[in-house]
Amino acid sequence: MQHPCLNWLLLAILFSGFWISGLAAAQEKAASLPPAAQRPIDFKRDIEPLLKERCQSCHGATQQMGGLRLDSRAGVFAGGYSGAALNPGDSSASRLIQLVAGLRKDLVMPMAGERLTAEQVGLLRAWIDQGASWPDSSSSQTTSSSTEVLRSTKLHWAFVPPRRPDLPQLQARSWTRNPIDAFVLARLEKEGIKPSPEADRTTLIRRASLDLLGLPPSPEEVTAFVNDSRLDAYERLIDRLLASQHYGERWARQWLDLARYADSDGFEKDNVRPDAWKWRQWVIDALNRNLPFDQFTIEQIAGDLLPNATVEQKIATGFHRNTLTNREGGVNREEYRIEQVIDRASTVGTVWLGLTAGCARCHDHKYDPISQKEFYQLFAFFNSADELNIEAPSPAELGVYLQRRPEYEKKRQALLSEYKVARLQPDWERKMLEAAARPGVDPLYDVSWDIFGLYVDGGQEMMKIDSSRRTQKWNDKITDFFIGNYSRVVNQKTMKKLRFKELNEKLSQLKSEFPALSEAQTLGERPGSRRSHVLIRGDYRQPGIQVQPGTPAVLNPLPADLKTTRLALARWLVSKDNPLTARVAVNRAWQEFFCRGLVETSQDFGTRAEPPSHPELLDWLATEFMASGWNMKQMHRLIATSATYRQSSQARMDLRDRDPENRLLARQSRLRLGAEFIRDSTLAVSGLLNPAVGGPSVRPPLPPGVLSHGFGGASKWKESAGADRYRRGLYVLFLRTTPYPQLVNFDAPDSMLPCSRRERSTTPLQALNLLNDRVFFEAAQVLAARILRDSPGDLSDRLAHAFRLCLARQPSASERSRLTQYFEEQKTILERNPQLAETLFPAKELDGISPSEAAVWVGISRLLLNLEEFITRG
Amino acid sequence: MDFREFQQIQTRRSFLGRCSAGLGSVALWHLLADEGRARAGESPASRERPLDPRHPHFRPKAKNVIFLFMDGGPSHIDLFDPKPEMKKWDGQALPDSMVKDLKLAFIKPTAKVWPSPRRFKPSGQSGIELSEWLPHLASVADDICLIRSMFTDQFNHHPGQLMLNCGSPLVGRPSMGAWVTYGLGSTSKDLPGFVVLRSGGNAPGAGTGNWTNGFLPSSYQGVPLRSSGDAVLYLSDPPGVSRELQRSTLDGLRDLNELSQAESGDVEIASRIAAYELAFRMQLAAPELMDLSKESPATMAMYGIEKSHPNPFAANCLLARRMVERGVRFVQLMHGSWDDHDDLERKLKRNCEATDQATAALLKDLKQRGLLDSTLVVWGGEFGRTPMVQADSPNKKVGFGRDHHPFAFSMWLAGGGIKGGQAIGRTDELGLRVIENQVHVHDLHATILHCLGLDHHRLTYRFAGRDFRLTDVAGDVVRKALA
Repeated sequence: MQHPCLNWLLLAILFSGFWISGLAAAQEKAASLPPAAQRPIDFKRDIEPLLKERCQSCHGATQQMGGLRLDSRAGVFAGGYSGAALNPGDSSASRLIQLVAGLRKDLVMPMAGERLTAEQVGLLRAWIDQGASWPDSSSSQTTSSSTEVLRSTKLHWAFVPPRRPDLPQLQARSWTRNPIDAFVLARLEKEGIKPSPEADRTTLIRRASLDLLGLPPSPEEVTAFVNDSRLDAYERLIDRLLASQHYGERWARQWLDLARYADSDGFEKDNVRPDAWKWRQWVIDALNRNLPFDQFTIEQIAGDLLPNATVEQKIATGFHRNTLTNREGGVNREEYRIEQVIDRASTVGTVWLGLTAGCARCHDHKYDPISQKEFYQLFAFFNSADELNIEAPSPAELGVYLQRRPEYEKKRQALLSEYKVARLQPDWERKMLEAAARPGVDPLYDVSWDIFGLYVDGGQEMMKIDSSRRTQKWNDKITDFFIGNYSRVVNQKTMKKLRFKELNEKLSQLKSEFPALSEAQTLGERPGSRRSHVLIRGDYRQPGIQVQPGTPAVLNPLPADLKTTRLALARWLVSKDNPLTARVAVNRAWQEFFCRGLVETSQDFGTRAEPPSHPELLDWLATEFMASGWNMKQMHRLIATSATYRQSSQARMDLRDRDPENRLLARQSRLRLGAEFIRDSTLAVSGLLNPAVGGPSVRPPLPPGVLSHGFGGASKWKESAGADRYRRGLYVLFLRTTPYPQLVNFDAPDSMLPCSRRERSTTPLQALNLLNDRVFFEAAQVLAARILRDSPGDLSDRLAHAFRLCLARQPSASERSRLTQYFEEQKTILERNPQLAETLFPAKELDGISPSEAAVWVGISRLLLNLEEFITRG
Repeated sequence: MDFREFQQIQTRRSFLGRCSAGLGSVALWHLLADEGRARAGESPASRERPLDPRHPHFRPKAKNVIFLFMDGGPSHIDLFDPKPEMKKWDGQALPDSMVKDLKLAFIKPTAKVWPSPRRFKPSGQSGIELSEWLPHLASVADDICLIRSMFTDQFNHHPGQLMLNCGSPLVGRPSMGAWVTYGLGSTSKDLPGFVVLRSGGNAPGAGTGNWTNGFLPSSYQGVPLRSSGDAVLYLSDPPGVSRELQRSTLDGLRDLNELSQAESGDVEIASRIAAYELAFRMQLAAPELMDLSKESPATMAMYGIEKSHPNPFAANCLLARRMVERGVRFVQLMHGSWDDHDDLERKLKRNCEATDQATAALLKDLKQRGLLDSTLVVWGGEFGRTPMVQADSPNKKVGFGRDHHPFAFSMWLAGGGIKGGQAIGRTDELGLRVIENQVHVHDLHATILHCLGLDHHRLTYRFAGRDFRLTDVAGDVVRKALA
């Protein structure tokens, strides 16, 4: 029998070489397929039962794996994320046939159970070859997708926009101070539970200071507040705290967790990102000037796309530069670029929408109405944004730079000509480009070319441009790489003669004498957009159908008049119709004041999340937040001035079994401080804290060996000098592969993924850290000196002063007596061992205090700084 | 339960937790078991004492794990997987059909085949063929189960190491040791449950990601024991603080914390007190652990530890045995790098010389002390190396190397739950691809957990809206490897 394809093949040979290979492949495949049945197919009899039995449990009404459903005519012809399922008239070219026949080793259908028999495949082939007819009566009634099924069931509460509820009716209104309290009390009245009394004033000021600033109050501030008899003393306290520059630091920390901020690339090389802090600075400033949350959102997602965008607005897009960068030899840059884009889309889902959208990168979301296609529509918003480092100098920097630049250029040129760089570089560049064009010929240049691409972002594209048409900055970058990496292609003997190592050192020295303009990491839209596809199983090598930027259909629609840019996405997120953004934001704020959010899983508002403990309160807060113009400080003030917040945190027997997790809020919760705030508090009470706000990251003392676990070792940690050693924890350089141990020990997140809620663990390593780390011990020594200096009285006076400094309160009688006993005990030991006393307290200038007594105060300080109460806000 | 009763239970817990004698922990375990809390992988784990021992899912063969992680990717074809047929291909490029799907880090698919210069010898009763550079391992060949058919998804160090250690190339997932201590707790009362030791040159590619707790509570993170300075970070008392002073401070601290607990009624304070007491015990236990002076000369000789010739890997092997004796659940040794892109003959030999004797000694030592039956020992790196040569050094003196190879490599298991004296799986005549009994990294993880009495499907943790597993959604126990 003559094969029907043969005529086509002959035609194709006449027209195009491309077709030959395509058809030949199809023929090859057809040859290995079971033959099509040689009779007319009756859909009802031959095909429908087969589809029903073997396909529709995964590709039917309840779920549509791969975006495909095989229970309706429309579904079959629409295809799935990988494209068309069948080509009517040509079974051998139909994906469905190829998969059921096992032509693709990595994917055979059906996935479960026996393979289809040759006869069954033959029937399917014949059906397709005969035109794949599907009688109308056989269409299953519903053609909705699984995500539509999820949508059609009663809409999950979080997907319905919040409506402002009326304030509830209460029996006893006198306890309430603002609407928050009305909602909380209404629930408590229903349960027959009374709220707790207000905490005492020392507790209140310590609580509010730690919550709003991440720092404890000074004794003077405590005294002033305790003695302030005005009716609105507390409100004045809150207003003072909200106006402090430290407010921005404390709340930036939460935002940095969400943005997975770090000062390094991550992955193997984990290179330091010297300019990452510019974005952190932007966040601190934005919070301090109370930038409304909608604008805060827009600038971070699409500041670069705003009309006449300022440098500051571009710096804001650094939010999305906190993705990881892999510079390990041999990585595929496109793979990791796509990883970054996926990460950006998924992070928007977590941070603004409170949805685990990233689950849909490989398949339709299992629980929430987000299809895989919709995830890649979100992805498409970011796919055409490129990483762009812009010059972002401070005015002070700029003047010096302009003045000194000519001298730098002159000196650099002199060095380059002294070492005859220009003689060798053009030939090296030519060979690099040859290797790029014809890999596999010269392995030395192959490796050099790859590494060049990994180390110098955008370098490969730039080298392809003639040097006369590159900017000076780019020519310098390429020259620097050439000097540093020429040894990859020439032998040691030649390198020795060239003395490039020496030249490299001189150039680095020159750079450090004449600093370049500092830069900032931003996003910028590339000219000409990239196409986006559904990635089958999340794999960058398996693009499926093409998608356009879009938002999940279950949420508010993207306004039709907006172009589908990142800016449109940002505006959509903070549109008043978005049911999630405001709820997610107020819930996260709530969590910081009460330990738990009203929705406990603050990162997940999807259908698997626990319902909110106080749904009406959540909606009231969300609507209030939007009505206030997304005013963050006002929201914090509202919460912090509520009677609910001001309650005592005393555990209550009557609640022990009824409400062990304090969901009903009949009291406050005691919370262990976050890692950074433990450091800050310790430095603050000792008087060591350098309260400067903002600026580059610092490197406080680190025990030797900590960095040896990471690439490049200790070279990344040049210990900061002077007052920089005592900056707040927020400013400690965060290296992703070798993070600062004290931060890790106290549950700082690893900066790999957005963290919406930190763990609060209790471990022996924390104890060792606070007892023995040089930083904390030094603080104890300095605190001892401070107590002795400030409080010249007897033991009792000094204890009182120490307690005021550390805990903002007076010691109780039992505490006094226990510490007096401790004082005597330590003194006896130290008098027996005077050399210990001298080591503990090396300073000698204290009048009238014996060395052993002074040393006892180091012990007392150490004890106080290790108290559970000290690292807890009550 | 009234308030007094509630406080009594808390106090009882805190008292038991404070006991440094074994009694405390055992009694506490029962107390927790009575409350129905001591179950493997139960989520959430006991918040107050997260490292208390917990029951596995079924009867375990092994109680502890020593994972000898050889970072960088040791060459399987030069150590474990003899390929005499390679000679046929010497100096030739492989046909496109064989190499077109390969993922290579540095070399191109046109690189030429470099047959292994190593000779292989049948070893032990079982006759497993091992490289001439592993003579000591050959002496315990009948104890090991060699898997020649390992493969992984990742061809670079960082994701490859995360894959091997955490079951996923993505960052942020907990490591194997973290999963195991989360599932089983630890019987060590004064050392961490998951300890990490390192030797060799460069740091491993995935850094601390290799022993991270990921999204599990930080109690389950690996604690690196350091070879210089403090054995555990911040272990030693600050200058001028004697043990006596430290004890007196901790007593004061405990009493003040207890006053505060009575005042606030916060039960979390009891766990803070317990953590300080464990820290204090660790300050004594860690130096005692590190002090090898009481080990016999015969033991030291067996491991090849000589004062004149320090060998950090050998010392770590001995420490691993000492930790298992002290109940540490999961010990991870790391040695590297085996990333021999060039000069493979010299570098690989040096690594073998540094590790072979002590590795074999560890097995022998565990065996003679009756510990091998309850200790699972695992050896291997994140991938293997190419049969093709990497020759891209401009310097003539530098010898050949091999590139990363994820498609086939070798690992071995020994001890608790494992049937020794066998080699599982086969690769093709070049060691390029697995052709029989392929074992994915997920399968290895499933097998390790199985030996510990843990069902890898059931050891889960709820995070970001779903239940996570070490084995993701894959993994089959390698039944052939089991005793």
